Amino acid sequence: MGNIFGEISKYLMIVLFAIYTYSGFAVFRKKYNKERRENIFWKQNILMALIHLDAFLLIYDETGNLAVLLFYGTQVIFFVIIISAYGLLYKKASRLLVNNMCMLMAIGFIILTRLSIDKAVRQFTIAVAAMIFGLFIPFIIEKVWFIRKMTWLFAAAGLCALGVVTVLGAASYGAKLSYTVAGISIQPSEFVKIIFVFFVAGMLYQSCDFKQVVITSIVAAAHVIVLVASKDLGGALIFFVVYLVMLYVATAQPLYFIGGLFCGSAASVLAYKLFAHVRVRVVAWQDPLSVIDNEGYQICQSLFAIGTGGWFGVGLYQGMPDKIPVVERDFVFSAISEELGGIFALCLIMVCMSCFLMFLNIAMQLKDRYYKLVALGLGTTYGFQVFLTIGGVIKFIPSTGVTLPLVSYGGSSLLSTIIIFSIIQGLYILREQRGDRHEKKQNLR
Amino acid sequence: MKKNRTSGKNINREFSVITYTFIGLFLCIMGYFAYFQVFKSEDFINNTYNSRQETFAETVLRGRILSSDGEVLAETKVDAKGNESRVYPYDNMFSHIVGYSTEKYGRAGIESWANFNLLRSNTNFIEKTVDEVTEEKSEGDNVVTTLNTQLQEISYRALGDYKGAVIAMEPSTGKILSVVSKPDFNPNTIAENWDRIVEDEKEESALVNRATQGLYPPGSTFKILTTLAYVRENPLSYNDYSYTCTGSIQEGSNKLSCFSGEVHGNVDLKQSFSESCNTSFANMGLTIDSLDFAKTCEGMLFNQALPVVKLDSSKSSFVLNDNSPASEIMETAIGQGQTLVTPLHMLMITSAIANDGVLMKPYVIDHTENADGMVVKNYRPSTYGSIMTSDEASLMQEYMSEVVSSGTGTKLKDMSYSAAGKTGSAEYGKVKGESHAWFVGYAHRDDKEDIAVAVIVEGAGIGSTYAVPIAKEVFDTYFRY
Repeated sequence: MGNIFGEISKYLMIVLFAIYTYSGFAVFRKKYNKERRENIFWKQNILMALIHLDAFLLIYDETGNLAVLLFYGTQVIFFVIIISAYGLLYKKASRLLVNNMCMLMAIGFIILTRLSIDKAVRQFTIAVAAMIFGLFIPFIIEKVWFIRKMTWLFAAAGLCALGVVTVLGAASYGAKLSYTVAGISIQPSEFVKIIFVFFVAGMLYQSCDFKQVVITSIVAAAHVIVLVASKDLGGALIFFVVYLVMLYVATAQPLYFIGGLFCGSAASVLAYKLFAHVRVRVVAWQDPLSVIDNEGYQICQSLFAIGTGGWFGVGLYQGMPDKIPVVERDFVFSAISEELGGIFALCLIMVCMSCFLMFLNIAMQLKDRYYKLVALGLGTTYGFQVFLTIGGVIKFIPSTGVTLPLVSYGGSSLLSTIIIFSIIQGLYILREQRGDRHEKKQNLR
Repeated sequence: MKKNRTSGKNINREFSVITYTFIGLFLCIMGYFAYFQVFKSEDFINNTYNSRQETFAETVLRGRILSSDGEVLAETKVDAKGNESRVYPYDNMFSHIVGYSTEKYGRAGIESWANFNLLRSNTNFIEKTVDEVTEEKSEGDNVVTTLNTQLQEISYRALGDYKGAVIAMEPSTGKILSVVSKPDFNPNTIAENWDRIVEDEKEESALVNRATQGLYPPGSTFKILTTLAYVRENPLSYNDYSYTCTGSIQEGSNKLSCFSGEVHGNVDLKQSFSESCNTSFANMGLTIDSLDFAKTCEGMLFNQALPVVKLDSSKSSFVLNDNSPASEIMETAIGQGQTLVTPLHMLMITSAIANDGVLMKPYVIDHTENADGMVVKNYRPSTYGSIMTSDEASLMQEYMSEVVSSGTGTKLKDMSYSAAGKTGSAEYGKVKGESHAWFVGYAHRDDKEDIAVAVIVEGAGIGSTYAVPIAKEVFDTYFRY
């Protein structure tokens, strides 16, 4: 009998998530008024609650573990507190972003609980701490006006943190990414990418003359080179693209963008020639089945999972996601696709896209050039990271070993993403408040 | 919403560019994801490394393999105690192409290529639910092949006790109609006999599908390729070719003779081909630039994986280059030397000739259907492309027809259908005079699709005596039903 419940709840989850996803785009319609939007956001909360409940009932049904129910209850309280805290503390916050953030975290908790309940609990603990911290960020953004003066401090701090990793860092899967402080492994590039955005915005918001561009480019290149030296190619790529995008928008000069892409391509070819572990990933991308015993193993297992899951998935606990090495980090998308289905996975991509659109939408509406560039940079960081990780696990591009923000297991990744979302919220609130003073206008929330 | 914002107005154009670029990137990964699910996933799912397949067998009763005329080629029977056994009603007849499925020794043939399909159940929702409640296994999907039992049976009988292979396909679609390889094995008892078969005391290699994986010297059937290479080298003057055959040709210290000392006298290109004059072809070979020769052969899929859908095949090899000595060039031109081909490859070249130069990718699985006969997935014919021009194809059609009307294939003359082809007697090993009998050809009648066939009879002798009659039986049977 358990199987029928499993089948029904599998399809139910797909339908609910599809409706949720649709609503995440429907709010962008200009003709919708404020009440109508509010209505959609409430509906999203209900859908989230149902998907969450459905999944955890299924997990309990499969494991018979009472701790799962306790864990579920704690999560519900956590989500209720986040959503209502934003409602109470920051009336002007974007509810779409809050909802999407909670939805993505909920999917993360679901799939991590299925993969390893210990890791899920760890992830949840970090999420609680990160959210408490995150709730203060919009407040800080409003008060700390001198943040834009700290440009060089950001550059120095960022380069130092990355450099330390390169020198001391532990090797993990061919890349030196983290160091351990008091038993907690920290991956600095996750945080440096945030202050890097602040650095670039600080350099370019006032003047974009040639000298300024050259200086900024040199510092940005230094970041990228340190990352390449520590073999964090995914990270290097993110920094590189974020810088190009910010430079292009700040200068309105497409030549910078095209020239940058050209240099980037040349550098990629060079990296391919220089580093064996880059070649390995390219070979594994071109024809993974031919090297399935070695470098192609991970991507093949990922594709087995995605393919076997098909459009509707095999259902939670019915697949073999743990056949994929480091599934809970870089390959979490494959596990979701296998067990929850291809349609669910496509919806997940669209929810990430909805977040990205909201980020850019906020960036566009900000008046202050500095904040505008910050929002743009952080949005690009998020969007490009999603593209890299999903593109990598489905073999659209070579795998670069980055995490899926808010969903993948990993404290640094989770904390830094929550910080990004909170900063954007802070900027949005800032704009809404100032906007209110000037003109009473109906705005997207 | 963003009107009247003077400070942000200019900069927002760049924001739009970035927004749309990223929307494009997201759509790309979504598009690729969908493409993968629809077109690519099967290649991965079916891989033997995918351990997920094994778990399906716990809830699904392996489906049946059917012939195109509706006969059961493989099915799983469950006895009263619930023990499952895989049954092959035709015993040895389909052994290589249908293959086997055992727990201990893995799978081969269609049993392996379609393993995933056979272990999926697409019965309707109600049946599935009933199965789940009663904890019965669901019935797996059936795989319907392009194989025809009558052609298979006649090919199997006609080859008799010889080692060798007979394979037939439809040139216009690429459908494989029959695949026989001998020595064979009985898939019903393979698990019990495994050790003996693998030990292979008599060196029979019974598990190898000779039709698709056996590498043989092509003998005179290769003259199809030498002719094409010669025509390409002399596009304007090949019709004026003439040669006087005295029974042997001398180039330096190398001597090469026509088969069993025949003397063909004055021959043009067409007669050289239809009478299979070795000395004339050796003479031609010496005039063809070796690199151009290699290029023509590579254009016809030598030295590369054959474009087949779900079939295991070997690469044929052609090794001439700039430094090849004259003796090797002469040998190669008549299909000896170091050239090796699979019967499937020769069949594909012949099919392309019959199909005006266009090669269809050979395939053996027509569609899959659920236990109630509803189609789940159709495999449609797919084109590989033109491997020769239609003019070249019609020239070869003319030459190959001449083989039947006046050359080495006259046993196929005056039938209800018109046949064309090329015989061959490929010498092998060190002993002079021992040869494999070859025939590749096709037959046409207006009321049916054409059929192409490749026959090799190991160690039998002359192609016209041993291989042509087998092809004739296949053609006769095909056009009778």
